[in-house]
Amino acid sequence: MKIKRSVSSQLLASVLVNAIYAMINYPVVMINTLLAPLSILAVVTFASHGTLLPIAAEGALIMNMVGNGTSVQGDLSHLKNDMKLQDMVVSSPTSAAIYISGMAISEIVYSIPTLSLLIILNLLYVHASLLGWVEIFLDMMLIFAFSTSLGFLLSTFSSDIVQSWAFSGILSPILSTIPPVYYPITYIPYPYRYLAYLSPTTYAAEIAQYAAGKIYMSSSDLLLTWLVLITFTIVMLFLAIKKSRWREY
Amino acid sequence: MEITTNNLSKKYDQKKYALKEVSFKVSLNGILSIIGKNGAGKTTLFRILSTELMPTSGKAYINGYDVVNEPSKVRELIAVVPQEARAVPWLTPLQTVSSYLMWRGYTYKESRSIGRDILRTLGLEKVENEKNRKLSGGMKRKVLVATVISSEAPIIFLDEPTTGLDYLSRKELWNLLIKLKKDRLIVLTTHYLEEAENLGDIIGILDKGSMLAFDNMQGLRKLIKYPFSLKVYSDKFTVDQEVHVKKLSNNEIQIFSTEEKIFDIAKSLLANKVKFTVQEVSLNNIFEYLVEEGVED
Repeated sequence: MKIKRSVSSQLLASVLVNAIYAMINYPVVMINTLLAPLSILAVVTFASHGTLLPIAAEGALIMNMVGNGTSVQGDLSHLKNDMKLQDMVVSSPTSAAIYISGMAISEIVYSIPTLSLLIILNLLYVHASLLGWVEIFLDMMLIFAFSTSLGFLLSTFSSDIVQSWAFSGILSPILSTIPPVYYPITYIPYPYRYLAYLSPTTYAAEIAQYAAGKIYMSSSDLLLTWLVLITFTIVMLFLAIKKSRWREY
Repeated sequence: MEITTNNLSKKYDQKKYALKEVSFKVSLNGILSIIGKNGAGKTTLFRILSTELMPTSGKAYINGYDVVNEPSKVRELIAVVPQEARAVPWLTPLQTVSSYLMWRGYTYKESRSIGRDILRTLGLEKVENEKNRKLSGGMKRKVLVATVISSEAPIIFLDEPTTGLDYLSRKELWNLLIKLKKDRLIVLTTHYLEEAENLGDIIGILDKGSMLAFDNMQGLRKLIKYPFSLKVYSDKFTVDQEVHVKKLSNNEIQIFSTEEKIFDIAKSLLANKVKFTVQEVSLNNIFEYLVEEGVED
């Protein structure tokens, strides 16, 4: 029997399983996505007597997008290693690209309550032009694509959930706590500033801070920052496609 | 429905063969049972055929499609429940079945409707909206089997689906598989020999990565020297003919031999009024003979 297969259904399956049904059954998990970005936002805002609130609000948004992307790693690893669900999907007509895209969308859906709150905070405190908002949106999409690809790549190498927790524990500080996401990079003294430039989130934060008029960059620096972020994302996407083990060897 | 393998081999980390030059062809609607001890290569074979794992060398085809080079064609034809698969605990049986169907490309509406039908067929309609975590082990397994049989796939792979189930739950699944095999090919790996014998139209015996035998029960019996057995309920009985004798307990022995000799012995037992039963050898006996050489002279 030949059936007409719907790609939107294949995407929706991941969103239902990994986000909607999970949220309905375990509402407490939504607090998980809320707590980390908001707690750092609060600390930075209090410590700076409110002066860094706009930048920290953007930082919380970046951290949330990175968190959404890297969460793919833990969720995929759990569904693959503990449930063997991924094996069932691998041998079904769903491709790796559709499965991972569905899972990535599911992470966004999962964090809708957090995203809504952070978007409201950004609309209230970040006064960007229309072009600035477009830049911030594209910036968020790029860093999300980067972190999702990284999450997928690591999940395919992860053999159990304990290893996956370790990956999460490493990724979160490296990508969103240590880099200057919640404050301008000028707060970091040399030579540590060079280290910050190893993280793609530094570039994402600089673009967002520039779009909000909080830092100044020359056109060439801005272009270079975009190029570096785009390169990070493309390289990670390429690695995820080429190196990940959808089918084992 | 057809599966063919030619010299299929798999080596992990360039060390020992997990699968060594396995060749067979099966063309039927029915059940192919693959048996073997733990580590015999059952799951490796299963995973290669279901396009999850790449072989080191050799070829495998599903309905003529190469599992290595044409995986997307193969995946249209198969549905798989891997070993140790678990029903996702936060989903209900209906959500489990329908989401799997959606991954196969069915619409939400179609998947819910087919899901309800299949759960009703399996007697799971009363728990279709319960969380999987609240179901018994047998029900969870049935939910997993429901996911794959609800699909249009003509070839179903089930890797040790009854492991850990009680006898009645296993029997329930067996009955289900017997119904299903009429219009599908079911590849079933198991280490329950009784299960393989009861269900398998064709049985493959794997040991240390090699396919020792691949045939139906009648064909497998021809592979061994003594295809008949006679169980004697007395320890005072001695035989002088060419037979294999296996001591089962203090006052029970099992004698293996050819049909003619077994009937000769039976006649003498009848004359001496000794209780006995005669039967063709079971898969258990064949497996012991081929794999463990457990039949003693």
